[in-house]
Amino acid sequence: MPERELTFAQAVREALAEEMRRDSRVCIIGEDVAEAGTPFKVLSGLVEEFGAKRVVDTPISEAGFTGVAVGAAMTGLRPVVDIMFGDFITLTMDQMVNQAAKAHYMSGGHWKVPMVMRTTLGATRRSAAQHSQSLHAWFSHVPGLKVVLPSTPFDAKGLLKTAIRDENPVIFFEDKMMYKLKGPVPEDDYTIPLGVADVKRSGDDITLVATSSMVQVALGAAILLEREGISAEVVDPRTTWPLDEKTLIDSAKKTSRVIVLDEGYGRYGVTAELAAVIAEGAFYDLDAPVKRMGAMHVPIPFSPPLEDATVPTEQTVFEAARAMCKPS
Amino acid sequence: MTTATSKPQAGPKPAGAAGTEKEKWLHAYRQMVSIRLFEEQVNEVYTRALMPGLAHLYSGEEAIAVGICQALRVDDYITSTHRGHGHCLAKGASPDRMFAELLGKEAGYCRGKGGSMHIADPATGNLGANAIVGGSVGIATGAAFTAKTLGTGRVAVCFFGEGALGQGSLYEVMNLAQLWQLPVMYVCENNQYNEYTHYQETTAGTILGRAAAFGIEAASVDGQDVRAVNEVATRLIERARSGGGPAFLQCDTYRYSGHHVGDINREYYRSKQEEHLWKTDRDPILVLTKWLTERGYADAASLDQIASEVRAIMESAVKFAIAAPYPNVDEVEKHVYA
Repeated sequence: MPERELTFAQAVREALAEEMRRDSRVCIIGEDVAEAGTPFKVLSGLVEEFGAKRVVDTPISEAGFTGVAVGAAMTGLRPVVDIMFGDFITLTMDQMVNQAAKAHYMSGGHWKVPMVMRTTLGATRRSAAQHSQSLHAWFSHVPGLKVVLPSTPFDAKGLLKTAIRDENPVIFFEDKMMYKLKGPVPEDDYTIPLGVADVKRSGDDITLVATSSMVQVALGAAILLEREGISAEVVDPRTTWPLDEKTLIDSAKKTSRVIVLDEGYGRYGVTAELAAVIAEGAFYDLDAPVKRMGAMHVPIPFSPPLEDATVPTEQTVFEAARAMCKPS
Repeated sequence: MTTATSKPQAGPKPAGAAGTEKEKWLHAYRQMVSIRLFEEQVNEVYTRALMPGLAHLYSGEEAIAVGICQALRVDDYITSTHRGHGHCLAKGASPDRMFAELLGKEAGYCRGKGGSMHIADPATGNLGANAIVGGSVGIATGAAFTAKTLGTGRVAVCFFGEGALGQGSLYEVMNLAQLWQLPVMYVCENNQYNEYTHYQETTAGTILGRAAAFGIEAASVDGQDVRAVNEVATRLIERARSGGGPAFLQCDTYRYSGHHVGDINREYYRSKQEEHLWKTDRDPILVLTKWLTERGYADAASLDQIASEVRAIMESAVKFAIAAPYPNVDEVEKHVYA
């Protein structure tokens, strides 16, 4: 299929536009989503094509408009709500956790909530402690929700289209530092199933399991490791739920060493869950304990050198991987 | 107490009403008695330890659910509360499947997975009862958003108790509903008590003042008078249906029982004398009985006949539910995802 380079933001926008053309029930609801196209300009142009009835600006009421989206989804629309910064999901928790996640189950399968929440994660934007967190572990914890973490423009388009077509509430986390990342994206209609991991780079000596922008960090670290003669495999689960446990475990069995990378807080986080899945599934094939690398257990600081110290980098991942493969 | 209600009088027929005035109010009588006797059975089943979990009875508040649902179309939406049995019945749910749900049986509306606080039924537009106080305000407003977007002509009614006035999300969605002129009616069932605390200790300002702040059309009504409730609800619902925007209806009422069935010793927060006054002077079934008999629409014998028919239905529903099987344990992982 014809392919061109798009930025991550353009890929997200293209997925939304294609789905809105395909299905008149799809609408966008959020703060400054229409003429402003959000502060990240991800949605620029959509209101011009689809009108203000389908690209709906809201007051600053995350709980309110998320609740409206839940009810709209139950009654025949397919809303995509925009939560500008992932930190603001705290304001939507009752609507997502107690309402959206449970309506299908509690009703014995009668009601469905086909909605998507798009939001952001990721530090190092100098936005301080309330605009920099990666809180996707919280939603991953709750049955009834699905959680998507695209790491490339290609994945962003294909996964978002699948999320919009899904009959369940799906939370789609975009790393705001990746919006300008470019990559090949087909012009055609394609989808990527939820729950299928992707081996982003094949290797033999160590597996780097990474999510979202940590995939890019892992790929960078893999190049540094290659110079040291260490062959790293990079596995991207792409969704924390549903979770492709088999691909993670198979890779761990193949390389015998694993580092799990995720930008959320480490304590009780995504890295803990993925490491446990791998330890349970590949224990007797491992040559070292599974290592976890996540955000430091501190509120994200504003001061640039402090903030940079809180998240894994190519260099810190490289050093950790080298130490696992070549113990001194 | 605010009572700005006009006296019920002849007017346009509510959308849900069929037949003559006599038939309409005898039907309302039957529905209110159904709710009262349903709740009596719940109390009985619960105290016999046949019902697991919690039971929050609607007794005393019947005129609100019945008066409002009588003004709705079958395909109109409602959202309900933890005290929701009355709303479900008034919207058309059947007592046997409700009791089955209350006992956690597979024949229940939610296959036993929801229980008393989560009965939902798409066939009657019931989006579900909700055990988070104020938890369904977004869902009801969202249903109205769909109705307006798709032009279906449906209206959503959001039932909540006055305890939900303390929840911020209510005001977020009221703001949205007025901005977007959504066909939703917020119904505040003011039964006086936020669980074990009188609402005046928890509620600054006035209830209707909250709606006024958003410019939402608002009214208050004697929630013990089903005809008064129906009249004002019909006006507000048809106004919303025809594009006039959202409405807020305060219904003053009284919860006959405790917060839940186990709340027996209540004197520390309300007196027996107060309970007695509401039950004798302002009982919604007695209020309607008086009107029906004064109009010559019914007499004691005909009303007794209705009550005994309803009682038989409720007893049979309980028997059905007790005999019904529990869901198979492999059901536990079904319906997590659609």
